[in-house]
Amino acid sequence: MTTVTNPVANVGRATLEFLADVGRLCIFAAQSILAVFTPPFYFANLGRQLLSVGFYSLPVVGLTALFTGAVLAQQIYIGTGRFNAESTVPTIVVFGITRELGPVIASLMVAGRVSAAMAAELGTMRVTEQIDALTTLATNPFRYLIAPRVLAATLMLPILVLIGDIIGVMGGWALATTVLEYNSVGYLQRTVDFLETWDVISGLIKAGVFGFIIALMGCYQGFNSSGGAQGVGRATTNAVVSASILILAANYIITSIVFTD
Amino acid sequence: MATPKLSLQHIHKRFGAKVVLDGVNLDVDAGESVVVMGGSGTGKSVMLKCVLGLIQPDSGRILLDGQDITHVHGREREQLLRRFGMLFQGGALFDSLRVWRNVSFGLISAQRMSKRDARAKAVEILAKVGLGPEVGDLRPAELSGGMQKRVALARAIATNPEIIFFDEPTAGLDPIMADVINKLIIERVREMGATALTITHDMASARKIADRIGMLHGGKIIWIGPAAEVDRSGNPYVEQFIHGRAEGPITMAVRRQ
Ligand SMILES: Nc1ncnc2c1ncn2[C@@H]1O[C@H](COP(=O)(O)OP(=O)(O)O)[C@@H](O)[C@H]1O
Ligand SMILES: [Mg+2]
Repeated sequence: MTTVTNPVANVGRATLEFLADVGRLCIFAAQSILAVFTPPFYFANLGRQLLSVGFYSLPVVGLTALFTGAVLAQQIYIGTGRFNAESTVPTIVVFGITRELGPVIASLMVAGRVSAAMAAELGTMRVTEQIDALTTLATNPFRYLIAPRVLAATLMLPILVLIGDIIGVMGGWALATTVLEYNSVGYLQRTVDFLETWDVISGLIKAGVFGFIIALMGCYQGFNSSGGAQGVGRATTNAVVSASILILAANYIITSIVFTD
Repeated sequence: MATPKLSLQHIHKRFGAKVVLDGVNLDVDAGESVVVMGGSGTGKSVMLKCVLGLIQPDSGRILLDGQDITHVHGREREQLLRRFGMLFQGGALFDSLRVWRNVSFGLISAQRMSKRDARAKAVEILAKVGLGPEVGDLRPAELSGGMQKRVALARAIATNPEIIFFDEPTAGLDPIMADVINKLIIERVREMGATALTITHDMASARKIADRIGMLHGGKIIWIGPAAEVDRSGNPYVEQFIHGRAEGPITMAVRRQ
């Protein structure tokens, strides 16, 4: 049979498939949130996820924050030096870290670790029928597997980002006081002088949203994977890529609509 | 006539363009052990999953004690599934949990048994499938294939379900281990008075555990009868299958596809 490709039909089909995907993801997200708030609660699973998302992400987040803070101080020093405003370096560094770079970079790093791990684990459970087995043992997989992951990531990301913020500022401070010869106390004083609570809080709220996205995409891709080891590999890649893109898109939307002051 | 324990009526299921189940009819009476055989990929596992609600059939009805359970969802389905036990084809043991937690999973989740009691019960059930208490502390990945099958069997029977599905319980096992599993199934079903539906293409196993044997082919149960009559079914498909011949109507059907 010969098929004549109709470009309009193709665009239509692709659009419909995309919308169906978005719809499925929204239903999955709603089911996940519902599962977080309905008993039974699996506290042991939650504890394990808090540990694996939070504690084990500390080195990654800490190191990225340290280097980001240092390089930020270096670049801003060069930039502000062009109009003799080097004294604003601490203020701009802390502003950039708390409002943008802290949440975004930490979340992207954690997305690489955690989304991938969740997609791989749930994907393996799916293709080896462990998720079906859970269901037949009268246990709802959304409550047992997904709720602890989504909750843990949503709670832990703000904490990780707060720690990352502090380490990032210290990275900037370390570079400024060693390489750039800033006064140590003076630098820290300038850091807090113009800092507003909202700068930090808005970044932490973003981090919570990003944490939700990280776990949601990891779980969604893993839960819906099919086709053996290859399918699990595909789910893992898709989870990291889609979580990263959604984090950046959500960051833009939150910043431009909600946090305009 | 008494209502069958489990009744599948005109079950249809397709994946995309591929028709897998094309009007399956099957009744299983209470306390009966029915074996369904059929070639690989004919939809035997899909049939069991339709009954459990893991896969939604496109059309048809599934009755449990005469009650339509085809479209039961959510908490009601959870309640319903407590009456079933399922031995998955690949075992489907939770590899993040130790063996004793696997075996007692249903006891803790569905029957709210305490961990301590569940552990003691797990050891007891492991003994019934011929495994020592030390196995309870191992992880599924540390077990041989035969041991994994036995642990999966232990998990399927742990909650004393009314209906147990065994999906290829002896596949991939040596003949001696296969016979151990057969014995266990017979024992469990007789002892607990459970109703059993077993998928297998192991004829020796089928003869041993079945009251009745059916054959799934082309999406339908094309023959079903007492186990003793399987050798004189007069059905060319069944004859080819039980003698394992390469030539016959089944092969013709496969080639035509
Ligand atoms: N979830 C699914 N999605 C798509 N196809 C499936 C799914 N489950 C099973 N199938 C297809 O249905 C057919 C029957 O599968 P199955 O019931 O596992 O066969 P078997 O009789 O060997 O147990 C196979 O061709 C399989 O590829
Ligand atoms: Mg199968």
